[in-house]
Amino acid sequence: MPVSEHEVRVLTKRFDLPNSASIDTYLAHDGYQAFEKALKQMTPESILEELKRSNLRGRGGAGFPTGMKWGFVPKESPKPKYIVCNADESEPGTCKDRLLMEKDPHQLIEGILIAGVVVGSHQGYIYVRGEYRYLLEILDRALEEAYARGYLGKNILGTGFDFELATHTGAGAYECGEESALLESLEGKRGIPRIRPPFPAVVGLYGGPTVLNNVETFSAVPAILREGGEWYAQLGTPRNGGTRLFVLSGHVNRPGVYELPMGFPLRKMIEEVGGGILGGKKFKAVIPGGSSTPVLTADALDTPMDFDSVAKAGSMLGSGAVIVMHEDTCMVKVALRLMQFYAHESCGWCIPCREGTDWLSKTLHRFHSGGAREEDIGLIEHLAKNMLGRTFCPLGDAAAMPVISFVKKFREEFEMHLSGRPCPFESKQEPATVSR
Amino acid sequence: MQFTPQLEDKLKKLMRNYPIKRSALIPMLLFAQDEQGFLSQETIAEIAGRLELTVPQVEETISYYSMLRKKPAGKYHLQVCTNISCLLRGGEELFEHARKKLRLAPGETTPDNLFSLEEVECIGACAWAPAIQVNYQFHHELTPERFDQLIRELERSRT
Repeated sequence: MPVSEHEVRVLTKRFDLPNSASIDTYLAHDGYQAFEKALKQMTPESILEELKRSNLRGRGGAGFPTGMKWGFVPKESPKPKYIVCNADESEPGTCKDRLLMEKDPHQLIEGILIAGVVVGSHQGYIYVRGEYRYLLEILDRALEEAYARGYLGKNILGTGFDFELATHTGAGAYECGEESALLESLEGKRGIPRIRPPFPAVVGLYGGPTVLNNVETFSAVPAILREGGEWYAQLGTPRNGGTRLFVLSGHVNRPGVYELPMGFPLRKMIEEVGGGILGGKKFKAVIPGGSSTPVLTADALDTPMDFDSVAKAGSMLGSGAVIVMHEDTCMVKVALRLMQFYAHESCGWCIPCREGTDWLSKTLHRFHSGGAREEDIGLIEHLAKNMLGRTFCPLGDAAAMPVISFVKKFREEFEMHLSGRPCPFESKQEPATVSR
Repeated sequence: MQFTPQLEDKLKKLMRNYPIKRSALIPMLLFAQDEQGFLSQETIAEIAGRLELTVPQVEETISYYSMLRKKPAGKYHLQVCTNISCLLRGGEELFEHARKKLRLAPGETTPDNLFSLEEVECIGACAWAPAIQVNYQFHHELTPERFDQLIRELERSRT
């Protein structure tokens, strides 16, 4: 795995140790200290205070403050409370949770345990996407170790606290990364989103209050309790605490997963961390936070990569997946391939999403194959804008926002496709197709 | 219907994890498919019975998940990612190459049942693109040459 001198290794600090996934390695390097502290020396309130001080925000994509989210779980509940870890990493461009589970599964388990202490839950699940089968084996081994050493099970560390944790596999569905669809899937059903409110913190898994966070979010919690919320906060920018595992992919010389401070400048990330643009070509565009976030152009390269600054630049930090494109990239082709993805993954529950993604995919295909009419540019905008805010879950917006940005920022490329000939960027190639 | 002792053991552990039976459905289907190659009507009925579900309840769940299949795939199921990060690094060309090399259309299996081919959405290997999965095994940073080499190795391991 490539490394960079700019990295600040907090969550990844044990990655290069031999047998980094074993509990012995973990215990020899600060492992389970934060959990022990949480269990024996802290109260749920003081843990939440520390989390709020840390400015940790959800790493799955939405960037919601973690301390606040955990605080929404009611203290008293007639139904059992659950902790669910979203390890359904499927946002195109994103492969960071995979490494966190492969290299340091105990860090994740410890974060989940701390959530259990805070909200008074005694059962957790790690929902792993089906394609990550090898991680199920690594995680199950780590869980066995944690049970054997008394960090999971009954009367943990003699404190009377009980916690059971199990892995659960998905079977191929992007939509199951959405929190309410994930819960449906965990209950053995089709991954159809639920209407909110009520939010999972109040009515979640099996109708019980549920804490649901991304792998990276849980994995950040042990370091925060160990070193202090203030320490974590100062690694980043105001209101954006800590580090982030950025996934650099596409046209850079050194693609990879890099742990960098929140607010790291985008230009520096591409040029220095990623080693610049592939083949010495010119930069054209970057998708800053996974395929569901609007595309940015050269004028946004000075953006600090934190939730608020990227939002100000007109996009989203999302899952931290930075996808770089050079001058030879056809933006119509990229928009088309992404829309085919959303059309394939739309669960079909909400009509604006099911129909919108399909019609957008057909319209973009028409552009790419040379059959588009001038009014089709407006048609794309019309279709996409009519999806925004009209669906149960964010998949509709996730499909619509990027395509609106592609048309807005690369209108001339759409116009170039109106000559009646196939894509000017690649005359000989067939358009992307996805088998169903 | 009888499952192998290994699968029975897996299913038994699985059932202990949840307060409601249906939660075990998706992992159970996938683990059964791993062993049997696909989900036969017999397997579907057996799992439905064990979880106190109807066959249509199981069928409607299967139809939602792209990894669950009711027809056999090849011994080596090749899944080529062409989503954005792979696309930018030659994933589509790799998929075309695979089609020609194996003389397969997407979804087809070779006559000797050794290989089947599928174009898939993002598999979470974006920093090591282009990538494919052979069954559950990841293969990163593939070129057409390295793909051919992989195919040769898999052909050799047939015996």
